[in-house]
Amino acid sequence: MIELKNVRFTHENRSDKPLLNIEQWNVSAGESVFVCGPSGSGKSTLLNLLSGLLTCSEGEVSVLGQRLDQMSSRQRDRFRANNIGYVFQRFNLIPYLNAVENIDLAKSFQSGSGHNSKSGSARTLLTALNISESEWSKPTAQMSVGQQQRVAIARALVNRPSLMIADEPTSSLDEENRDSFLDLLMPLLKAESMSLVFVSHDMSLAHHFSRVEKLSDISGTH
Amino acid sequence: MPMFLRLAVKSLLNRRGSVLMSLLAISVAIFVLLGIEHIRQQARTSFASTVSGVDLIVGAKTGSTNLLLYSVFRIGAPTDNISWQAYQAISSNQSVAWSIPISLGDSHKGYRVIGTTDSFFEHFSYGKQRSLSLASGKLFEGTFDAVLGAEVAQSLGYEVGQEIVLAHGVAATSFTLHENRPFTVVGILAPTGTPVDKSVHVPLDGIEAMHATGGPAFGASPVVPGGGAGGQARATSEPASITAFMLGLHSRLSTFKLQREINSYPSEPLLAILPGVALAELWQMMGMFENVLRLISALVLLAAVLGLGAVLLASIRERRHEINLLRVLGAPPYYLFLLIELEALLVCLAGVVLGVSALSFGLILVEEALFTRFGLYLDPSAFTPESVKIVALVAGAALLIAAIPAFRVYSEAKLNEH
Ligand SMILES: Nc1ncnc2c1ncn2[C@@H]1O[C@H](COP(=O)(O)OP(=O)(O)O)[C@@H](O)[C@H]1O
Ligand SMILES: [Mg+2]
Repeated sequence: MIELKNVRFTHENRSDKPLLNIEQWNVSAGESVFVCGPSGSGKSTLLNLLSGLLTCSEGEVSVLGQRLDQMSSRQRDRFRANNIGYVFQRFNLIPYLNAVENIDLAKSFQSGSGHNSKSGSARTLLTALNISESEWSKPTAQMSVGQQQRVAIARALVNRPSLMIADEPTSSLDEENRDSFLDLLMPLLKAESMSLVFVSHDMSLAHHFSRVEKLSDISGTH
Repeated sequence: MPMFLRLAVKSLLNRRGSVLMSLLAISVAIFVLLGIEHIRQQARTSFASTVSGVDLIVGAKTGSTNLLLYSVFRIGAPTDNISWQAYQAISSNQSVAWSIPISLGDSHKGYRVIGTTDSFFEHFSYGKQRSLSLASGKLFEGTFDAVLGAEVAQSLGYEVGQEIVLAHGVAATSFTLHENRPFTVVGILAPTGTPVDKSVHVPLDGIEAMHATGGPAFGASPVVPGGGAGGQARATSEPASITAFMLGLHSRLSTFKLQREINSYPSEPLLAILPGVALAELWQMMGMFENVLRLISALVLLAAVLGLGAVLLASIRERRHEINLLRVLGAPPYYLFLLIELEALLVCLAGVVLGVSALSFGLILVEEALFTRFGLYLDPSAFTPESVKIVALVAGAALLIAAIPAFRVYSEAKLNEH
């Protein structure tokens, strides 16, 4: 599913030792991996490498058996749209679009969107995620944070990606919403047998995942 | 609506405060640009059609612009008169079909009086060979009959039968009134949109008779108004001199030959001009003015477009998260570039629609008034091939300015790739 080999990554204009230095790191299909580390340790950077938003200067990054580091930027953008669902802590949605439009926006970037699209319907997903129909046409900025995060899950799932990437998606939620968020997400992933890489600094969530790792164990520099 | 378009539209609506401001700025620029262009073209057309069908205008030797100004536009004053003999000699030339003598120098309440003959009404034409026509009454017959231009009658509230007193000189407050010799209005001309509207037309012999009588004479019998004017004996004396005359020739081909002959007329210094050439020269002199108008509209456009650029540039800062999200969803950098450009184009188009509607509406209102009051036909459609060019220019300028924020977004998206 995911295979990193001898990856070194340094942010541009940061010439000190590499932020990430990963000899080997694999995730197999259907696994849900929890990666924890303090803030600023490079968790988001790692996820950006997996999604092809960032590319490393050294090493190999394979996702779904495809070498991201050998793709053109256009290919990486298309790969991301088709195969990766993303959920962040905040700013998951375009605030002035409603829930359905936000989901349709993600659909519009999928190749072959239209008749032969493999993507699901926004309505089905929103219903599955307990967003009542009266909320569908509101600008998402007017929804509660909990609702927004659920719309974000629907948005991430609509193109039926093989890999779900979650960057501290629960950090802005209270404890109750945090648990209901994970209780909603995990069964959906299992049903579609998607892989999940979930990063957070909050170790208390670890029990939801099939595998738990510290970033400092993955990346040799920490 | 395709997602790309919907995203742009909703994003603009979400920032409607600042977007509306730059939209208004664009529509004001469009209004000014098209409005000025429209007025410029209309002015040129109506200017060029002030006189038509006249082959030569002859006056005492002066500048050709001066001759045109006083003989056609009733502006300025002649330097000298020409003798009746010279007029007789030239107008009896075999190549001359008709002639219109003109005598200037008197006025009525600020409107110039032109002494002439019937041939003025018969031969003078304006626009596309349109002849003068009467709105009411008849042409002058008696010595003290007057035919008013449309504007004179309208603004002074005169009707046929009105008695008017002419003043010597052209100032509105001339003290030398020819009170003993009032004229009677016998006809009012239809509006032409030319200086004819602002003129009082009287027979040449009327001018002679009026001046011959001299200053205020007590006991001078007033002219009986109405039909009685016809009974007035017509002065038989020919004027000693006139101010200028217009000539129509049998053949255009003889124009230059006759012009040369007149310009070298042995006994008097005369000048003959071709009205079309002199009009074009005069318009050329006003070309400076045209260019200033153009410069002003260009600057208004620049300001509006820079405003749009500033709004878009500010927006990409506040939309950082949005832009990042689009990248995560798989939007390539050029998508972001085109999104910003599309937004600029939408604002620009909305501004064009608003500006053009406002201008067309304004022109329809103005056109009504101009036509009824001055007989001036203003084309109410603001859309000419020229204005399509202007709109394209505005859209191009907007796209060019928007390329700055658009390129910034594009290059920031590219930057993250090594
Ligand atoms: N685009 C960037 N350019 C330069 N430095 C960056 C950039 N993004 C992140 N960093 C730096 O890299 C380090 C790791 O950041 P990040 O991966 O966001 O950590 P985490 O997600 O674990 O909090 C931080 O020191 C951060 O300042
Ligand atoms: Mg982070």
